[in-house]
Amino acid sequence: MNALLRTEEVSKAFGGVQALSDASLEVAPGRITGLIGPNGSGKTTLFNVITGYERADSGHVYLDGKAITNFRPARVFGLGIGRTFQLTRIFPSLTVIENMLIAGHLKHRSRNPLAVSGGAAARHHAMGLLEFTGIAGHAGALAGTLSYGQRKLLELAYVLVADPDVVLLDEPAGGVNPSLINHIGDRIRELNAAGKTFLIVEHNMDFVMGLCHDITVLDSGTVVATGPPEQIRANPRVLDAYLGSETDDND
Amino acid sequence: MASFAKAIVDGILGGAVYALMAAGLTLIFGVLDIINIAQGILVILAAYLSYALSVHLHLDPLLGLLITIPVMFLLGVFIEWAFIRRLRGRERTAMSLLVSYAVAVIIEGVLYQSFGSTPVTLQSWYATSTLHVFGFFLPYIYLIGFGLAVVALAAIYVMLYRTTFGRTVRATVQDKVAARLIGINVDRIAALTFGIGVAVTAAGGMVFGMTNAFNPDSGYDLISRLLSIVILGGLGSIGGALAAAMFMVTAEEVVNIWQPTWATAVYYVVLVIVLVVKPAGLFGKQAARAQ
Amino acid sequence: MIASKVTATQVTAPRLRPAQLSRAGAIVAVLAALVAFPLVITNPAITNYGVLTLIFVAAAASWNIFSGYSGYISLGHAVFFGSGAYFTGIATKDWNLSGSAVFALLPLAGLVGAVLAVPFGLVALRVRRHTFVVITIAVFFVFQLMAYNLQSLTGGTSGLLGPTINFSPATFNNPFYYIALIIAVIVVALSFLIRRSRFGLQLRAIRDDEDRAAGLGVKVMPVKLSAFVISAVPTAMVGGLLWYYLGLIDPSSGFDPLFDVAVVLMAFLGGLGTVTGPVLGALLIEPARLYFQQQTTYIYLILYGALFLVVILVLPRGIIPTAAERISGWRARRKGSTGQVAASPAPAGPDAVTDRASEPA
Repeated sequence: MNALLRTEEVSKAFGGVQALSDASLEVAPGRITGLIGPNGSGKTTLFNVITGYERADSGHVYLDGKAITNFRPARVFGLGIGRTFQLTRIFPSLTVIENMLIAGHLKHRSRNPLAVSGGAAARHHAMGLLEFTGIAGHAGALAGTLSYGQRKLLELAYVLVADPDVVLLDEPAGGVNPSLINHIGDRIRELNAAGKTFLIVEHNMDFVMGLCHDITVLDSGTVVATGPPEQIRANPRVLDAYLGSETDDND
Repeated sequence: MASFAKAIVDGILGGAVYALMAAGLTLIFGVLDIINIAQGILVILAAYLSYALSVHLHLDPLLGLLITIPVMFLLGVFIEWAFIRRLRGRERTAMSLLVSYAVAVIIEGVLYQSFGSTPVTLQSWYATSTLHVFGFFLPYIYLIGFGLAVVALAAIYVMLYRTTFGRTVRATVQDKVAARLIGINVDRIAALTFGIGVAVTAAGGMVFGMTNAFNPDSGYDLISRLLSIVILGGLGSIGGALAAAMFMVTAEEVVNIWQPTWATAVYYVVLVIVLVVKPAGLFGKQAARAQ
Repeated sequence: MIASKVTATQVTAPRLRPAQLSRAGAIVAVLAALVAFPLVITNPAITNYGVLTLIFVAAAASWNIFSGYSGYISLGHAVFFGSGAYFTGIATKDWNLSGSAVFALLPLAGLVGAVLAVPFGLVALRVRRHTFVVITIAVFFVFQLMAYNLQSLTGGTSGLLGPTINFSPATFNNPFYYIALIIAVIVVALSFLIRRSRFGLQLRAIRDDEDRAAGLGVKVMPVKLSAFVISAVPTAMVGGLLWYYLGLIDPSSGFDPLFDVAVVLMAFLGGLGTVTGPVLGALLIEPARLYFQQQTTYIYLILYGALFLVVILVLPRGIIPTAAERISGWRARRKGSTGQVAASPAPAGPDAVTDRASEPA
């Protein structure tokens, strides 16, 4: 099967810490792939490298066969890869709908720089997404006043505005209560059924096992296992990775 | 080329004093992430204090330091406690600029009200006499200033790197949250550091007041030089401030030989050039931080 | 420090006609009053207040277009102000202009401001925010120094004198008043248009999270630079106007550190990043400043600084956003429902249990 998104032996070090070494990952088109691993295994770093927020020391990243290694974030974003952030990075002093408009501003542009931001089409589209994620009621509220769970939903809506082919979600269920986790999982399934490809970093095992088609396990910067959930669950190397190494630094 | 050599000597001697005042500024930034724009006017305030002590109590300014240093220290602690500490949030550093600017304006107003706008100078026997050595006439005051600066900078260095207190300060610089978590009283460190950073202005003020006619308006020129020095040397780096101060003052002295009117422009021109090339300053510590 | 303009308007539904009409009506009424002001109150001492206040309305609103929206605090806008003043003075002298012809120079002064802003901005906007502020201060001092030293051009310490103006003394202030009014109105209108435009949205996103905005494709440098240049134009124009009005400019008044303090304070007091905030700030502060300055003591400096401290520490977002929030909170409590306005957090929903503030301090 041809991977839609692929990393090939990506390595990245921060000072003395080797965050990634020869990490090779494949994301099949139209499937939901999970990326798991203990704290400090390099998951977010890998995300950052894929989306251009960090430069890889060596290795390559391919989107649909074309190399996109070390492209700047805006370019990666323009090529159809969207991502969310672990600590939600929304624009707090803009309203929710304005946040959405900024995310989509590349698509809906008018020639006149002073035109009111977001024509009717853009707003309609944005509202549709807000309804999809369930926070349409707060469209006019300042994003900074949203609760943590609501921000997660906004990040999700955000990432969908530009209609990316590949969606990278960094801990979408982190710090969120169970009913909201189900809500998010359902939304992801819906989008996947409509054709979107997902790569999800998560710690919540139930969430990952129940949602993902394939799972890749990262430990100390290298891929130690990959396969469907049942296989991963039973894989002793995976248990080893989680129970053996108790490193406590963040990704 | 004798004037050239003299310029270098003056630059080194004078640079040490600026380094001292700039060290206070950069120390404050390193520990509190605060840019204290009031540092310039605080030097002037210290100079006026020395002046008042000398005029009303006939206290020699050097002796007066015994009073002005603690006074300035306490003032620094007060400013931090009363105003700086209330700043919170992501834009704390930018806000600190405005807050300290406001404090500076208040101090300027108070000085004008108390002393008027006529320039004054500190007087003492060593203000005008010079030491004749190796064909140079070195003003005593410069030597004293250099000596004070060396002593103070050494003291700061020892404090930072050889005492427990210094270690807690450095820990706070590295990671405030972690410092709090291990029980360091970050607020107290902040207040004490600010106090120290301001206390050094006492010595700087004395030397400045003796070598310049000053009035409350002199604070602006002074702070812009100090800022240039601190940014050039890299916010947070005391060694950088020292190197930058020596360099800037020497450069100014050298330019002064040919083009006196443009000498002070040296500061800004060098600053702009360096920042264009290396936005973090020569020894800047902030390379990885966003915004 | 985040300035917020609470948008109480619906997002998708068409805006309510009555609210829009009454707002437009209020604006027309205010404008009419401003236009009529010098015709009704003819005392030049009072219209003098009017001229200077309007000049600062324009300056503060202009500063806000850049600093308020982008979050990059500039303490060097006096560069544009002074350059506009000196340009107008020098051109008037060299081209032997007098009377109303001098006013025609003002757009050119604005252009001078824009031209200066380009290299200034290119250098200054590359660095982090707190370094940016310092660079603006440094450039400011360079200009002040140049004003002192380039004596053949600027008249050095004694400055540039304006020509005698033959307007009749009774209505001397009026042309200046109206020109200042026009400039102020244009700047405020521009500020409004920018704020709700895509350009303004990008600026405000930059203010909140520049890196994220860049990652979403916002062309950060051109956007910042454009705002910087735009804000320089009216500032330079009112600088030129002030020179002509006072008939004198010198390095310490043309490049006065307190100019930026005043402008920043006005914008902060009224509400950084809002449209009407700087206007309110200028209307409150400038008349007070003029009054105190005439008292010949330096008390006004102390008051300035103290006011500044109070505003920043107590009312960091300024009057208008704080008031708007209070009003909408009061309204929401009265209705007993949660409107779509900012003050009230979300009602109970799937996320009720794990609310937690996630903004890193």
